[in-house]
Amino acid sequence: MLRLADVTMTFGGLTALQDFSMTARRGEITGIIGPNGAGKTTLFNIVSGIYTQTTGKVFLEERDISGMPPERLASLGMVRTFQNIELFGQLTVLENVMVGRHTRSNSGIFACAFKLPNHLREERQIREQALKWLEFAGIADLCQVTAANLPFGKGRLLEIARALALEPRLLLMDEPAAGLNSRETLELALLIKRIRDIGVTVVLVEHDMELVMDVCDAIVVLNLGCKLATGTPRQIQENPAVIAAYLGE
Amino acid sequence: MKREVVKFIIFAALVMLAPLPLKQSYLLNVLVFVGINTLLAVALNLLLGFAGQISLGHAAFFGMGAYLSGILTANFGLNPWLIIVLAAVTVGGLAFVLGFPILKLKGHYLAMATLGFGIIFYIVFNETIGLTGGPSGLPGIPNLAIGSLTFDNDLKNYYLIWGVTLLTILLCVNLAHSRIGRALRAIHDSEVAARVMGVNVRLLKVQIFALSAAISAVAGSLYAHTMTFISPTSFGFNFSVELVTMVIIGGLGSIYGSFLGAALLTLLPELLRAFRDYDIIAYGALLVFMTIFMPGGLVRGIPDLMLFLWSRLTGKRGGNAQTG
Ligand SMILES: Nc1ncnc2c1ncn2[C@@H]1O[C@H](COP(=O)(O)OP(=O)(O)OP(=O)(O)O)[C@@H](O)[C@H]1O
Ligand SMILES: [Mg+2]
Repeated sequence: MLRLADVTMTFGGLTALQDFSMTARRGEITGIIGPNGAGKTTLFNIVSGIYTQTTGKVFLEERDISGMPPERLASLGMVRTFQNIELFGQLTVLENVMVGRHTRSNSGIFACAFKLPNHLREERQIREQALKWLEFAGIADLCQVTAANLPFGKGRLLEIARALALEPRLLLMDEPAAGLNSRETLELALLIKRIRDIGVTVVLVEHDMELVMDVCDAIVVLNLGCKLATGTPRQIQENPAVIAAYLGE
Repeated sequence: MKREVVKFIIFAALVMLAPLPLKQSYLLNVLVFVGINTLLAVALNLLLGFAGQISLGHAAFFGMGAYLSGILTANFGLNPWLIIVLAAVTVGGLAFVLGFPILKLKGHYLAMATLGFGIIFYIVFNETIGLTGGPSGLPGIPNLAIGSLTFDNDLKNYYLIWGVTLLTILLCVNLAHSRIGRALRAIHDSEVAARVMGVNVRLLKVQIFALSAAISAVAGSLYAHTMTFISPTSFGFNFSVELVTMVIIGGLGSIYGSFLGAALLTLLPELLRAFRDYDIIAYGALLVFMTIFMPGGLVRGIPDLMLFLWSRLTGKRGGNAQTG
């Protein structure tokens, strides 16, 4: 599904990623772990088109997507969530998710202003789908709340619902459990598994080891911009290099 | 959406009935300009309030519409209605082309760039004397007419201009409650998240900039035909600032707020004649006052203020009223 080949990213003198390669297989949840500053968010920023890597290539289902802007990638079925939640604060919860239907609708300015019939039909579908994904994420009861007023944990769920509304093939999640309490984290684990079960490939950056070991099918360990190890959760837990890196902190 | 329809019908009815008690008074003349300024403020609000992009050069688009209509009808005798359409398309097209480099800029830089082109066009209006008449103005612009109905008095112009303004308001309300309106507000809140959701932020900003400019050009054409005389002073930097003030004072992203802002800023100078030469200072002071005490604009500020006063009167605690 997703493949990175020898990706290097430098910011001035700082190398955030060094000759990094990995694959995330279709239908699986691939975890990316590593200490603070390892380059995990940088990796997501490259894959999602927000940064362009210095060298190396990124492939989505064998299609070279290196350097494509995020809006192009969205229409190819890739979407992400953010470590520091990026909601549309002034919009309601429902409207946030409706924005997620942007690539699945195409009425232009003219059709919207004059309320042409196909736009009205589309608008109804957008609303129905948005509600469906709010229910999937378990926050449909909050649909009229202004997003800026949501409690943090619900904001995380809203970001996920909004991303799912795009009906992506690939979902990148950057530390979705950060800031959640233990009950919310348990619910999140179930949600992530349900997302995989509807056929979405997930790549998950996360510090919460319990969550990672629970939900991931494969794990990649990143340290100081380099790949340290890769394998199943069990292999990673037993890998001496990983143990050394984490305990040596 | 139902509520929006009701709101619009009430507003339109009030607008339609307003001239009845006024007859041919001076106030009716002022209300004609409230109509033009509302049209301009609504257009700028699309860009400033919805997409969150500043323009300090919108008076130039207004001026381009006015001069295109003025020159081509007064000097070349072309059909005024045709020219209004032509002006909207030309000015919109120009803004579309200008928009790509300009809207790449953000914040202060965008303000500077739009300020720059505003000033350039102001100079063009002044210096191309052969075409525009320069600082002494362009007289002899015909009134608009449909058959034998000529829009030659305040009452007729009131209905003409408010007709266009109401139609524009309706279209903008529709736009605001569509995928385009949501995408614009999304850009305002988080550009990066909007892009990740598939919104072509760059293109949408430019499209809205062009639409906003085209509406401003129509306002300019209507202004020229109403006044029958135009001169560059109406299209300078001061007026661009005034437009921004209307939108902010009315409430960013509120279409009816734009009407309140336009009405206040059009009526205020009439009420406060003493400010005449210092109007830009008065606007500045008003802008500072409003952003400090009514950050949501009049549309949110007035209800808040009433709640606050009510709670004071009844002796209850004021809750979360923002004014005070
Ligand atoms: N835009 C940028 N400009 C300069 N340096 C950057 C930029 N983005 C990231 N970095 C640097 O790259 C390195 C990797 O950062 P990154 O945010 O990818 O880490 P991370 O693995 O996500 O860490 P955390 O677990 O704290 O989120 C850090 O040293 C960071 O300071
Ligand atoms: Mg990070």
